Amino acid sequence: MKHILKILSLVVAITALWIGLLQSSVIPRSHTWLLPVYFVVSLGCYGLLMVGVGLMNFPTCPQEALLLQEDIVEAKEYLKQRGVDVSSS
Amino acid sequence: MDGQNKNQANKYSIIVPTYNERLNIGLIVYLIFKHLKDVDFEVIVVDDGSPDGTQDVVKQLQKVYGEDRILLRPRPKKLGLGTAYIHGMKHASGNFVVIMDADLSHHPKYLPRFISKQMETRADIVTGTRYVKGGGVHGWNLMRKLTSRGANVLAQTFLWPGVSDLTGSFRLYRKSVLEDIISSCVSKGYVFQMEMIVRASRKGYHIEEVPITFVDRVFGSSKLGGSEIVEYLKGLAYLLVTT
Repeated sequence: MKHILKILSLVVAITALWIGLLQSSVIPRSHTWLLPVYFVVSLGCYGLLMVGVGLMNFPTCPQEALLLQEDIVEAKEYLKQRGVDVSSS
Repeated sequence: MDGQNKNQANKYSIIVPTYNERLNIGLIVYLIFKHLKDVDFEVIVVDDGSPDGTQDVVKQLQKVYGEDRILLRPRPKKLGLGTAYIHGMKHASGNFVVIMDADLSHHPKYLPRFISKQMETRADIVTGTRYVKGGGVHGWNLMRKLTSRGANVLAQTFLWPGVSDLTGSFRLYRKSVLEDIISSCVSKGYVFQMEMIVRASRKGYHIEEVPITFVDRVFGSSKLGGSEIVEYLKGLAYLLVTT
C-alpha cells in the first residue's frame, strides 16, 4: 500500500473518532471542537522537543578529524614514493 | 551463492563519483586498499571531466594498484549523481556495490564493518548512519546541526522510513537491488539519496545500519539557504505522495 494511503487512513480514523466524540457528548461540545487544534499544537510541540533533544545529543567526533589528518599524511607518503602526484589542486 | 563463506563468493564494486578530486582520489584509494586486505574488490572512478587533472592521478594509481583493481570510467561533463551510479554499475563485475563520496567525508575504514554486517544479517542494503551513538559528525556549526535535525524529524514523522539517516550516501547495496531501485528514482542531489532508501524500504528490502563518522571537509560551503530548505520540503512532499 502506498505510504500516503496509510497516513490518510490514520487521519480518517482519527477524524471518525473526533466525530464520534462530537456526537456522543462524552466531553463538553466546546472542548471537542477544539480537539483538532490541541492535537496539531501538541504534535508541533512534540516535534520541536524532538529537534531540541536531538540537537543536545547530536553525536560529534572531533577526534576523527585528527585521525583523518594522520591518515592523510600516511597516504601521501606512500603514494609519493610510488610516483603518484599528491600535490593539492 | 552463500555469502556466509568468508569473502569467497563476494566481490565488491566500489563506485566513487569524482569532480575535481585530484588529491582526495589518491588518498581514498590508498585507504580503501589499506582497510580491505583479503577482500575481492574493485574501485570504479566515475569522473565527470574534471579540469584539475583527477583522471591523470587515477592513471598513476592504476600503475600502482593495477588496472583490474582501479577502473577509470569517465564521462565528458557533470551529469549528476544518479547517472554516475548507473554508469559505474555498467562496468561493475561485483555482486555488491558500495557507493561513497570521494572527498574523504566517508572513511574507508568502515568498509569492513559494512561487509561483515551484510554477511551477518544477509541484508540487501547496509547504510551508514551519522546520527546514532557510535557515529557522528565533525565540522558542522549549530545552524547546520539544527537544520539537519529538523529535516530528520520531519522526514521521520511523515515518511516512517525505517532508517535513521536518510540523506547519507555511504552505502553497500546488493547489485541487483541497486539496479532495481535506481531505475525508479528521479530526484536529484540529496533528495535522490532519500528517495533511494525510502523506495528500498517500501519495496521490503532488508536494510541494516552501521554507525559512521562523517568529517565535513567542505567548510563554509555548506550552502543551506532558503532555497535548499524549499528543495528539501518539495522533495519530502514528493516522496510522501509517490512512495
